[in-house]
Amino acid sequence: MKVALVGNPNTGKSTLFNVLTGLNQKVGNFPGVTVDKKTGVCKLPDKRVAQIIDLPGTYSLYPKSKDESIVFEVLADRQNASFPDVVVVVVDATNLKRNLLLYTQVADLKIPVVIALNMMDLASKSGINIDIDGLSEKLGVQIIPISARQSFNVDKLKQAIAFTSDHPLQKDTIDVSALAPRLIDKIKEELFIESPYAALQIAHQHEDLRFLSTDKSDRVEELENEFSFHSDTSKARETIARYNFINEILADTVIAGPKQTKKTVTSRIDAVLTHKVWGFLIFFLILFLIFQAIFAWSEVPMSLIEAAFVWLTTLVHENLPAGVLTDLLSDGIIAGLSGVLVFIPQIAILFAFISVLEDTGYMARVTFMMDKVMRKVGLNGKSVVPMIGSLACAVPSIMSARNIESWKDRMITIMVVPLISCSARLPVYTVLISLVVPDKMIAGFLNMQGIVLMGMYLISVVAAILAALAFKYILKAKERGYFIMELPVYRMPRWDNVLLTMFEKVKTFVFEAGKVIIAISIVLWALSNYGPPGKRAEVEHKYESPQIISEYSSEELELHKSSELLESSYAGVVGKFIEPAIIPLGYDWKIGIALITSFAAREVFVGTMATIYSVSDDEAHISSVTEKMRNAKNADTGLPVFTLASSFSLMIFYAFAMQCISTIAIVYRETKSWKWPFIQFTYMTLLAYISSLVVYNVLK
Amino acid sequence: MKLSQLLPGQSGVVKEFTDLEMSVKLMEMGCLPGELILVDRFAPLGDPIAITVSGYQLSLRMQEASTIILDQI
Repeated sequence: MKVALVGNPNTGKSTLFNVLTGLNQKVGNFPGVTVDKKTGVCKLPDKRVAQIIDLPGTYSLYPKSKDESIVFEVLADRQNASFPDVVVVVVDATNLKRNLLLYTQVADLKIPVVIALNMMDLASKSGINIDIDGLSEKLGVQIIPISARQSFNVDKLKQAIAFTSDHPLQKDTIDVSALAPRLIDKIKEELFIESPYAALQIAHQHEDLRFLSTDKSDRVEELENEFSFHSDTSKARETIARYNFINEILADTVIAGPKQTKKTVTSRIDAVLTHKVWGFLIFFLILFLIFQAIFAWSEVPMSLIEAAFVWLTTLVHENLPAGVLTDLLSDGIIAGLSGVLVFIPQIAILFAFISVLEDTGYMARVTFMMDKVMRKVGLNGKSVVPMIGSLACAVPSIMSARNIESWKDRMITIMVVPLISCSARLPVYTVLISLVVPDKMIAGFLNMQGIVLMGMYLISVVAAILAALAFKYILKAKERGYFIMELPVYRMPRWDNVLLTMFEKVKTFVFEAGKVIIAISIVLWALSNYGPPGKRAEVEHKYESPQIISEYSSEELELHKSSELLESSYAGVVGKFIEPAIIPLGYDWKIGIALITSFAAREVFVGTMATIYSVSDDEAHISSVTEKMRNAKNADTGLPVFTLASSFSLMIFYAFAMQCISTIAIVYRETKSWKWPFIQFTYMTLLAYISSLVVYNVLK
Repeated sequence: MKLSQLLPGQSGVVKEFTDLEMSVKLMEMGCLPGELILVDRFAPLGDPIAITVSGYQLSLRMQEASTIILDQI
């Protein structure tokens, strides 16, 4: 049997879902939309297994966001794969009136329903007295008082689910038919809808319902015109009628707690956390802590993961016969895999913080504080978190942009977040800065290299803000934006929930983005290991000649050989091919190869440089990457490759260009379309190219 | 008087709405005619604002608050 959980946001619906299903849950998608579909299994007392579906939290069946529209789509369409046998409406006992609005709507759809009256502990603490039996009798529905956080009475709820009859037994709430009598009858008759309320909802939402064919939707439109149906007026009348019904029932069954005269804890915390001075100060301190943690705490696990993969690669090389398959396994698949898995610590840490901030209610306050500033540049209070997170890595940040309800604001956030300099650019910046910026102090205490590095980060933030402004005028909003948001009371974080969120996000990243990353890594491996026929054989042959073997040590020989092999590979050919395009930026074809291999991940730049420039390195010893790059000379002009101009041009290119498969993959996953990653790739690469061109020509 | 004209600490009772579409959203969130609204605080930059209505806290932008007409008490 299928059981759907429905309820207002912040009612503990997700907590109840976790308690019911434990780790037996998975996140998928509702077919055709990006909305997460969380399902899990739960064993009922009568040995039946129930499939639990966690529907997005909503205040009403009239949706305000894409997520919310799923609720009615699932509950109204009996053909829907997720259509439930029983709906559990999770109701916050401390705020019955508003929560029962959604209940009355769901009840009128005539699906068997059970009420889980959550937060009973908090309700009795604040002196609210609920006559549960009386309420249950008046509504004609089973009501189970629970506390999801304390797992209190969850067994009773399971029993109630098992006992629920196949037929809806709840009493009617309001006289739905009175709202649009003839229209409802017509829709019921022509579309074979049983419940009058479902018919009315279809009248309101017909343009956006995916289960309704275009003909039927057009027919509903026709009927609406015929009976001069006005959607907003009808909604307003319905909502007022529902609240009248609820007020009548609650008057007999609920005794409200004593009026609170002293300030609540939440209000006292808010006085500090949203204070003009302290509010921002604390917010920046928290950001600083998160940023530090993402770098500091992930360092050890990330290097462990890298070490494990180095060990694995050696193991493969030692134990498998040398050959193409072994190479593919070690340099293509394992290298690609390590590129995915190495991000796990950062993703886990970022999401641990985000879920704690959300769980406690602090995130809503950040949104509240930042909304005005962010709105000016086309973003939203909720864009703050992804923007900060992208200083570490754009991938988890783009995932966290889901919290933004407005489609336009969310898309702008996703589009600009990769411009902010992430940790992968850091090695590129540091190598190039150490090449061309003198390690001198300014005014006795400011390190010049440090200032340039900070400048790169500032430039990236400014670029993101300007890009957001541009998108603000380009993108058209799909719906009217709202910022009517509940500020939940502060609560302690649920640690098990934090762990689950971390686990889920990491899993999603590894499986969804991982597929693409590995595939492209294999392609890159092939491109740099295979070349046009003949050329590679020539190189192989050259390095077999006794003359060369006697001239170099075996280690050097390996290096020279591998760099010449790279030159003759398809990647080398492509590098040569794009050279005319990158010469104006001050690069040669070797940097071209690095630009291409960097598309796997920007960090690859340093490694690629090390391999490629070993060829022009005629000293007797193997020098460091920096040294090799410093000595690199242009083959035609004999001038150094890495001048001030070309190095800054290269840094700007790395700052703005979309050179990250993981980001492309995650943007695809989050937007469910190749259109957005394509637009993003194009605008960022153009921006990078033009900016680098300008920088090179100004500094030259 | 509009909700957007109140200062933190002031309150009023919802009388009516000037925007039908917005009124449905507001009512769904518990902002109903006859309910008491207390302005808790403004965001540090003056917008949005936080109000207490039917037992919980809601934040909304000034522009949205200006669609709620209040009766002074």
